[in-house]
Amino acid sequence: MDDTVMNDSNENSASSIAPGIFGDNRQTLDIENERVRIDVRNLDLYYGNDQALKDVNLKIADNRVTAFIGPSGCGKSTLLRCFNRMNDLIDSCRIDGEIMIDGQNIYDRGVDVAEHRRRVGMVFQKPNPFPKSIFENVAYGLRLQGVNDKRKLSEVVERALRAAALWDEVKDRLDDNAFGLSGGQQQRLVIARAIAIEPEVILLDEPCSALDPISTAKVEELIAELKNDYTIVIVTHNMQQAARVSDFTAYMYMGELIEFDDTARLFTNPSQKATEDYITGRYG
Amino acid sequence: MSSTELNTAQTTRNWFKSGDPWIWLIGGGLAVSLIMVIGLLTLIAVRGFGHFWPAALIETTVSVDGETRPILGTIVDSETLPAARMREAGLNIPEDQVLATRYLFELGNRDVTGRDFVWFLANDLGEWQYPEDAMMLERREWGNFFGFPVELEYEGRTIRHTMGQGEDLWSTLQRAIERANDLYDEVQRIEKVEIGRINSGLERLRLQQRRLEFDGVTGTPLAEAEAEMAARRAELDAQFIEIQAERNQVLEQLERDTLVARTADGETVRIPLGNIVMASQNNALGMGGKIAFYGKRVHGFLTGFPREANTEGGIFPAIFGTVTMVLIMSVLVTPFGVLAAIYLREYAKQGPILKVIRVSVYNLAGVPSIVFGVFGLGFFVYLLGGSIDNLFFPERLPAPTFGTPGLFWASLTLALLTLPVVIVSTEEGLARIPRTIREGSLALGATKWETLWKVVVPLSAPAMMTGLILAVARAAGEVAPLMLVGVVKLAPSLPVDGEFPYLHLERKIMHLGFHIYDVGFQSPNVEAARPLVYATALTLVLLILILNLTAIAIRNRLREKYRAESD
Repeated sequence: MDDTVMNDSNENSASSIAPGIFGDNRQTLDIENERVRIDVRNLDLYYGNDQALKDVNLKIADNRVTAFIGPSGCGKSTLLRCFNRMNDLIDSCRIDGEIMIDGQNIYDRGVDVAEHRRRVGMVFQKPNPFPKSIFENVAYGLRLQGVNDKRKLSEVVERALRAAALWDEVKDRLDDNAFGLSGGQQQRLVIARAIAIEPEVILLDEPCSALDPISTAKVEELIAELKNDYTIVIVTHNMQQAARVSDFTAYMYMGELIEFDDTARLFTNPSQKATEDYITGRYG
Repeated sequence: MSSTELNTAQTTRNWFKSGDPWIWLIGGGLAVSLIMVIGLLTLIAVRGFGHFWPAALIETTVSVDGETRPILGTIVDSETLPAARMREAGLNIPEDQVLATRYLFELGNRDVTGRDFVWFLANDLGEWQYPEDAMMLERREWGNFFGFPVELEYEGRTIRHTMGQGEDLWSTLQRAIERANDLYDEVQRIEKVEIGRINSGLERLRLQQRRLEFDGVTGTPLAEAEAEMAARRAELDAQFIEIQAERNQVLEQLERDTLVARTADGETVRIPLGNIVMASQNNALGMGGKIAFYGKRVHGFLTGFPREANTEGGIFPAIFGTVTMVLIMSVLVTPFGVLAAIYLREYAKQGPILKVIRVSVYNLAGVPSIVFGVFGLGFFVYLLGGSIDNLFFPERLPAPTFGTPGLFWASLTLALLTLPVVIVSTEEGLARIPRTIREGSLALGATKWETLWKVVVPLSAPAMMTGLILAVARAAGEVAPLMLVGVVKLAPSLPVDGEFPYLHLERKIMHLGFHIYDVGFQSPNVEAARPLVYATALTLVLLILILNLTAIAIRNRLREKYRAESD
């Protein structure tokens, strides 16, 4: 590929990927100036003999939205699932390296996994409400912690549903089965469920891939709101979405972290050619 | 090759390609299965429940060995055979006749003639008549009676049967039978409930005394206890005398009325009304009357107790025993099966050992049921039951309490028999729960156990119900192992009654499946028993159907509740 093409893509990328997304007054962020919530150090992850993550080093900033992008199978979901130790469920999975949250390596022996997961909530690709009422879905995490006081539960459920912008749609049918909700509502319900227990970090694993555009827009708005109170990490296939919602973006490829930067800078002026190829659609 | 032939070949090939022949094939397979099932049920239904329909009472004459005598009865069966074969068997049939028909008559009156079912050649029979005043009596002893009413000794007076005033005798008779039946029930109640209560009280006192001897109590405490027991015994004895007097009084009332009847050949028989269950003049009944009578007999069959070595009366104890046993089995097998499946699927380390265990469990389903019966008898009854007796009921020995076949051991054996079914279904149900649901719960800080208990198990409840449905269907129809571990021909009492502790797990029970075998093959009166075999079989099929439909209804409600995830 010659220089001309490269220059072309450089100019095109901002307009083609995210026209008008990055306003003129958007401040360019630098991770070095941020308060770090999660610090990934030299992380290697193996499924049996296959290495899925290769020496990943990454910092996740507090109260910011960090997006992971990259082609399928690049390890972005795997990395996300490391943050709340979901990979523990896979027998063949082995991890080297450290993930520090508040100065504590979450893979230390003494860590209470359930307690840790309360601090790092997660929302999955497909909405996965429990076979319970809307109310009980949101109250689930609290009940696990032994909260059974009806008034306290109602209060928290309402707050969580309001925060997830779902309250007005379901306030009259809290006792209905959650399966009766639409896909987008279910996904917001799941987000409400996650924030009901007030985690510090919320992990979103392709939260909009099963949703229609209107629901997607609602969830994206919600993410922007939640940023004020939570640290958010989102995995997405949709580069426009990453550009719209995130402050920082990490591009991963074949288990390696290729580039990590301020979102606007990564999309408009990537330092790596591989990143540029991917975001301009020249990947593969 | 002409173009027509070519076209035909083409058409045939296309026909095969379209898949039509295979659709016909599978449709045909389904049709054959359906026909077999419907045919089976129809046969059982017609043979079984046809039995209760009031058949026409036929009066005719029969000439055997030059002697002609009148008979009265109903036709139960008939067959037409080549005359040659009958001649070989020594029957007198004219040479020019090719086919000969013979009828099986139920003549009843076993007390008078000794034989209540007789084959007669159509040739030997005279003209058939259907007298309106011919009657059929269902009796508590000696089977049915067929004859004509002569007079009724009612409240000390005699009502004669005359054709003109026949109605009067008949309606009075029906009233008197109703009264006698009420009195009979009262006697039964007194004997079973009142006297039963006193008997068990006396038995408890005897056991109390034995226990005192066992515990080596001596001196003043013994004397005190014995004095108290003697007082209670005296009290019970006094009650017994009182109740017995009451019973004798009722019995006397019961024996007040008598029906005098005439058999077809003119013999006069006196039948106390206490012995009559039902009387009907079949030939005089209209359609409504026949249906009413039919309903009454079916009701009597389903709710009554067996009589005459199970060849007469009802099958209520067998229905009750079957249902009780299946329910207790369900209560036993569900927790065991579900817990075992949860451990196998969720906690056990997957590997070769688990594979062996799993294959063993699955193969347990293929072990012949009689083997489970032998195991139940050897392990549950003798070993476990014997130990329980030694530990908890030493004062009752050598009479066993749990060390003998009984309801609990039968249920437990069946639970073991059906365990694999429940385990397999539950495991499949657990495997079907999407991983995302589990992860959702774990991500909220639930432990694995909490996730299982609060999310996974409720979601797989329909699968567990499926397992239970299969288990119930298998258990309710099982007979072979039950003969060894608790089912008997005739149980003296139901496993549930008013005596503490209300559910008597140690009692022996009756069972529909075994009842079929017993009535059909161990019966002294084959002809009388045959329709009951079909009727009992139909009842068993219907019972299993009802149990299954109930379980399926519950499962569907569960499915509805968890709709989105189970489909």
